[in-house]
Amino acid sequence: MLKTILSRVTQTIIVVFLLVTFVFFAVRAIPGNPFASDKATSPEEQAALEAYYGLDKPLVVQYFNYWKNVAQGDFGDSLAMKGRKVSTLISESFPVSLKLGLLSLFLGMGIGIPLGIIAALFHNKWQDYLAMVIAMAGICIVAFVLGPIFQLSISRPLTWLNVAGWNRTSDILLPAITLCFGVAAYLARLTRGGMLDVLSQDYIRTAKAKGVPTLQIITKHALRPALMPAVTFLGPAFAAIITGSFVVENIFLVPGMGQHFVLGVTSNDYNLVLGLVLFYGILMGIANLLSDLALIFMDPKLRNS
Amino acid sequence: MSTTVQVTHPKEVVAEKGSSLWADAFVRLKKNKLAMLGGIIVIIILLLCFVVAPILAATGMDANKQDLTNRFAGIGEKGILGTDQLGRDLFMRVLEGGQISLLVAILATCMTVTIGVIYGGIAGYVGGTLGSIMMRIVDGLLAMPFLIIVILFREIITGHVDLTAKFLIDDWGWNDNTVLRFANLIPLTIAIAGFGWLSMGRIVRSSAASLSKQEFVEAARSLGLSHRRILFRHIVPNMLGPVIIYATLTIPSFILYEATLSFIGLGIEPPNSSWGKLIQEGANYLETNMVVLAVPAIMFSLTLFAFNFLGDGLRDALDPKASKD
Repeated sequence: MLKTILSRVTQTIIVVFLLVTFVFFAVRAIPGNPFASDKATSPEEQAALEAYYGLDKPLVVQYFNYWKNVAQGDFGDSLAMKGRKVSTLISESFPVSLKLGLLSLFLGMGIGIPLGIIAALFHNKWQDYLAMVIAMAGICIVAFVLGPIFQLSISRPLTWLNVAGWNRTSDILLPAITLCFGVAAYLARLTRGGMLDVLSQDYIRTAKAKGVPTLQIITKHALRPALMPAVTFLGPAFAAIITGSFVVENIFLVPGMGQHFVLGVTSNDYNLVLGLVLFYGILMGIANLLSDLALIFMDPKLRNS
Repeated sequence: MSTTVQVTHPKEVVAEKGSSLWADAFVRLKKNKLAMLGGIIVIIILLLCFVVAPILAATGMDANKQDLTNRFAGIGEKGILGTDQLGRDLFMRVLEGGQISLLVAILATCMTVTIGVIYGGIAGYVGGTLGSIMMRIVDGLLAMPFLIIVILFREIITGHVDLTAKFLIDDWGWNDNTVLRFANLIPLTIAIAGFGWLSMGRIVRSSAASLSKQEFVEAARSLGLSHRRILFRHIVPNMLGPVIIYATLTIPSFILYEATLSFIGLGIEPPNSSWGKLIQEGANYLETNMVVLAVPAIMFSLTLFAFNFLGDGLRDALDPKASKD
């Protein structure tokens, strides 16, 4: 177990390092500069701004300065939103993204896993086909199609639900429901695959032969190994939901991290983009580690090796 | 007499033997009703976007012609599906948007297949230290957040392509409309393909690695064939199955990426429009005019459905072992 944690941590450090290095030079290679959008600034003022933010130094020096500052816990100032620190922006938007991501993940698990189990139990019957068509719908009818549909069909008839915004507690519901369908779809397909694999094993046949009720076979014998592929998927999926929810944040006006990222790229806000990417990288590592640990907990074979 | 000679002609035998493997797969595919339906829908959509739309455009129906006196015309009132917020023909806009969406996805998939087959093929065939270093690189890139990298990559390429486009228009006197249309597609396509080939590379590597251990490769080597010839003439044709399956499943995911990026404003830009762009515009008129949103959204989802069912069906048909999930 310690070995798994160590190897995952090493991997995360390498990936985060490469990611930040790549993004550091990539954002600076994007044409334009962060101060160009300001109201008519003279070249002298631009130069002064660049000097203030240390952008006039050679790239390599900037690169090492960045790591030095990060090591001291300083992600720098936002270049586009003057007077705000990147760490403040992240600490404001991360809880929003986290709440949304967790809720949609749990909703997705609640829908997807039972759907996959039903599909596997009724393999090649109409229930199976129905479940798989629903799962395919979850993959194909994507967030920016679902979002407007939900706004129109759920929040308008129910007057107590806001169409968009992030002021009331109930505002989390619509974006979470929109996000959860994609997760549920993949989980359903993976759970079905895992379940079919397990159900063809000898020990399940033995259990059936002994006369164990079907429900008990599923809950006691089949479920744990069958969920392994789904759990492997959950780690990356969680990171993907948090990093990739630009669209849903855009539709429902959620003040999450995705908005900052899109704004940061379009306004050449180097520090903001880098800070977000660094944060995403670490988050991905943690999510993968959690799913590794869950796998170890679920599979005794992994535990002993 | 002469007919019997023709029947035993070696060419004939080779053709028969080659087709039977694929014919088997086609029989399996035909049994899968959903996949066949998906295939038919794919063909219809491709015909609509790449054959019907240019013909209609040639007869004078312009997707970008505005008619502000006829905004939000209903279905059948003007044009086939009415008009949008600027009085443009909705039917034509959806078809031309589909053209762009499909073009980006198909071009990016072709690039993905090319890069993936060459990279994965070399990694699998050569193997050893070089192969594992090549695969470590792929693993490292796969661990990066895809959309974020693609967005950054696209922004970088856009700057260079814009400069080239400006040069072509100003100095070489090219038609600015055509140049701008393509100048906008290229960065997105390259960015998506540039990071989209990784899974393809992995799939190709694993089949190339297992194929290169088989006897026919050894035979080819003992005949003194060059490595390049063995790889591209003997190994690559044998992994066509998984490559085709994965390419079919790659197209819908690329359509989706294109639409996602266009939806948040980092993809296709005017004068082009794509399904993602149309959906984004349509979402603004959600409460007053559903049709403007519904038409591109339905076309988009239908296309994804069709490609996914076709891809799943192809996988079941060509590779029955891997058809579990």
